Amino acid sequence: MELSAINDEQVEMLISDLLEQYGYDFTGYSRASLKRRISRLYSLDKALSFAEFRYRIYSDQAYFKRFVEQITVNVTEMFRDPVFFKTLRDVVLPKLGTYPFIRIWLAGCSTGEEAYSISIILKELNLLHKSLIYATDLNPAVLEKAAHGMFAMSQMKQYSENYILSGGTQDFSTYYTANYSLAKFDEELKQKIIFSTHNLVSDHSFNEFQLILCRNVLIYFERELQHNVLDLFDESLEDLGYLALGTKETVDFSRIANRYKRLPGHKIWRKVGHENM
Amino acid sequence: MKTCEAFIIGGSAGSLEVLLRVLSEVRSDLSFPIIIVVHRKHGADSLLPNLLASRTSLIVKEVDEKEKINAGTVYVAPSDYHLLIEQDRTFSLDYSEKINYSRPAIDATFQTAAEVYKKKLVCLLLSGSNADGVNGLKSVKAWGGQAVIQDPASAQVAYMPAQAKLHVEIDRILGIEDIAEFINLLSNQSYHE
Ligand SMILES: C[S@@+](CC[C@H](N)C(=O)[O-])C[C@H]1O[C@@H](n2cnc3c(N)ncnc32)[C@H](O)[C@@H]1O
Repeated sequence: MELSAINDEQVEMLISDLLEQYGYDFTGYSRASLKRRISRLYSLDKALSFAEFRYRIYSDQAYFKRFVEQITVNVTEMFRDPVFFKTLRDVVLPKLGTYPFIRIWLAGCSTGEEAYSISIILKELNLLHKSLIYATDLNPAVLEKAAHGMFAMSQMKQYSENYILSGGTQDFSTYYTANYSLAKFDEELKQKIIFSTHNLVSDHSFNEFQLILCRNVLIYFERELQHNVLDLFDESLEDLGYLALGTKETVDFSRIANRYKRLPGHKIWRKVGHENM
Repeated sequence: MKTCEAFIIGGSAGSLEVLLRVLSEVRSDLSFPIIIVVHRKHGADSLLPNLLASRTSLIVKEVDEKEKINAGTVYVAPSDYHLLIEQDRTFSLDYSEKINYSRPAIDATFQTAAEVYKKKLVCLLLSGSNADGVNGLKSVKAWGGQAVIQDPASAQVAYMPAQAKLHVEIDRILGIEDIAEFINLLSNQSYHE
């Protein structure tokens, strides 16, 4: 791919088509990644011309779904960044454990690996019974996969290592049963997870949470959209609740920054309210 | 005649020593940014920028997402994200699939930079043991930029620059001792094609 299959103007045309025809708003997304993903799909699906590609997205609902699935990045892992999960286990969740009920929002959960990871930690901390994880994503297809709770067997060695590095002490393999090339995670782990679609760009706050996690989603948004989404999280987070972002993401420079206090060294912020700081 | 707006270095196995040497010899008033994408292990994030910073008086920093790209600064791609360049000369990060078994992939940065800086881009590929960067250099050439490689004969692991030499029309092949001077001469002046 020396020259992209799709140029900048064509990206803009597709973005405005999506908004006009389907109400999906990608105007606030960073363009470099979108352009790469769209070009990739264009080549993958052997589109004959841009006009044909565009028409197909515009007129064929099923293809539009595929398009949205393919231009967003759904890569994820269990216990990715083990140190982050160790902080959840050692600091954040025990704090929240003093509440009668723990509501967690995992935004941009993709195929669910993070949701199951959190569920495992909650179970080990004996908090799962009084927790509820709302795991949301823009893509219905990844949520469907998440609800199955089956992940590639070939990943389990890596996930098990991550799990141990994150402070896990059990035998990781007790959480799933091997089924040919897939590891099926225990039903118990997903009993407290609600998978549901939610678009961070256009949907509103739907509950109040003590912990909101949104990792590696904001990197795909331009600054302004990032700030809007952080406002949405702020609206949806109780006082003294925690907000967790990806390794390279931050609340600094946003409108909510002065109400949040960072856990030193971690991408986790605590909502300390208006008067403080 | 054209000026250099960004200088990007891609490297893998065997490239660290070259980078250290080059940075220690690069002038401190560079008129463009140096962007470094090297394959490294996930985790020890601040180590590489700190090590590089110890060799130069230029500002060396790991890239923050959405950060504006400034001249005279050395940027290091964070581990485990692809580093992309936006049309408005900012960085963005991407956690998509590995490319050539690598994240960051040199190809992703070279390719997105090629479309942004076009003729004003110079990309250098150093020592390494896989072919990451080769497709990126092709894009750089397609958009009118310059493709430069470390002389495979001088590379600890020749494969990466050798593959580039095989598949891309290379503008310059540089020995380790000539790289810094090449960069210094690009600074603050137009150069001939
Ligand atoms: C790279 S994945 C991150 C997965 C996981 N949180 C992690 O860090 O491993 C990004 C996810 O964000 C989702 N996403 C992108 N735009 C979104 C939006 N506007 N609303 C909700 N989810 C979105 C994508 O569908 C994708 O599943």
